[in-house]
Amino acid sequence: MNTHYTATAKLLHWLIALMIFGMLGFGFYMTGLDLSPTKLELYSWHKWAGVTVFALVLVRLAWRIGHKPPALPAHMPAIERLAAHAGHHLLYVLMLAIPLSGWLMSSAKGFQTVWFGVLPLPDLLAKDKALGNLLETVHVVLNYTLIAVLLGHVGAALKHHFIDRDDVLTRMLPRRKD
Amino acid sequence: MKRTALTLIASFAFAATAAHAVEYGQVQPDKSRIAFDYQQMGVAMQGTFGKFASELRFDPAAPQSASARIEVDLASVDTGSEEGDEEVARKTWFDTKGFPVARFESSVVKTLGGDKYEVAGKLTIKGTTKDVVVPATFTAQGDSGVFEGALTIRRGDFSIGEGAWKAFDVVANDVVIRFRITAAAR
Repeated sequence: MNTHYTATAKLLHWLIALMIFGMLGFGFYMTGLDLSPTKLELYSWHKWAGVTVFALVLVRLAWRIGHKPPALPAHMPAIERLAAHAGHHLLYVLMLAIPLSGWLMSSAKGFQTVWFGVLPLPDLLAKDKALGNLLETVHVVLNYTLIAVLLGHVGAALKHHFIDRDDVLTRMLPRRKD
Repeated sequence: MKRTALTLIASFAFAATAAHAVEYGQVQPDKSRIAFDYQQMGVAMQGTFGKFASELRFDPAAPQSASARIEVDLASVDTGSEEGDEEVARKTWFDTKGFPVARFESSVVKTLGGDKYEVAGKLTIKGTTKDVVVPATFTAQGDSGVFEGALTIRRGDFSIGEGAWKAFDVVANDVVIRFRITAAAR
């Protein structure tokens, strides 16, 4: 029985985690700026990074399906197991839905997404201001939901490590060579 | 008697065709449109001007005597976002307060054959006047005529986008103005 996540799963987890925290800060910062060439550049980079996160999450999901994660510790009561599974499912849903809502919002607002200025993503929605504003609200609400779920995720990991003193946090950390 | 009437109608019809005295001049704003295409961060963008006034005279039989004058109300710009609309009204862009109208006035109309024409004239935006040549087509559609064409200008030539926007890396220099103007026969 594996007690650790695979190296690939760890790499994807931490890479995506880093990008999510970066993107959250990035998003809040750039939306507060006055319109300037810098703002337009930042928006483009935000969109490119968002598409990248979406692609990485797909890779991660594919990996997850092929590689069963280590089992939860035996001491966990049913309610905690349920919360853990629900939280992880919600995180995956949000990691896909947030970039998707951003892309659709851009599309409805008439700003096509061209990944790194090279690969044009199809504009699925016709230009529609009202729909664009609605999708903007969706994007924002999903992000606040993500922040709440992330707090739960990090809180739970810390509780496992410092209170339950089990291996739930450490098994996601790089393994020390012994 | 019946025959005479038919002949009469036929000769009237012939006379009308032969004289080509159709002059298109009643602009129909609801069937007319002025839009512009530009590139932002390498991505194609589109905007429109909702309000413009145009006076035109065009007789397909005498295109050389045609004339056009189009005045675009710059405050009616739609860039796709409110933030963008507010931005382009500023001094660094159109300076809409100081220069509320962009104007095109034709001088010479050249026939290129078929339904193609070249309209030379002066384009004035933000206090700068430039000579331009606008390629256009004309198609008669029932009682009205449709003029369509596109003109590429460089925003830098008219000081549109100064200061931080002066570089063309984020918002490109080339802007394509596309128009479709429908005018009824007078």
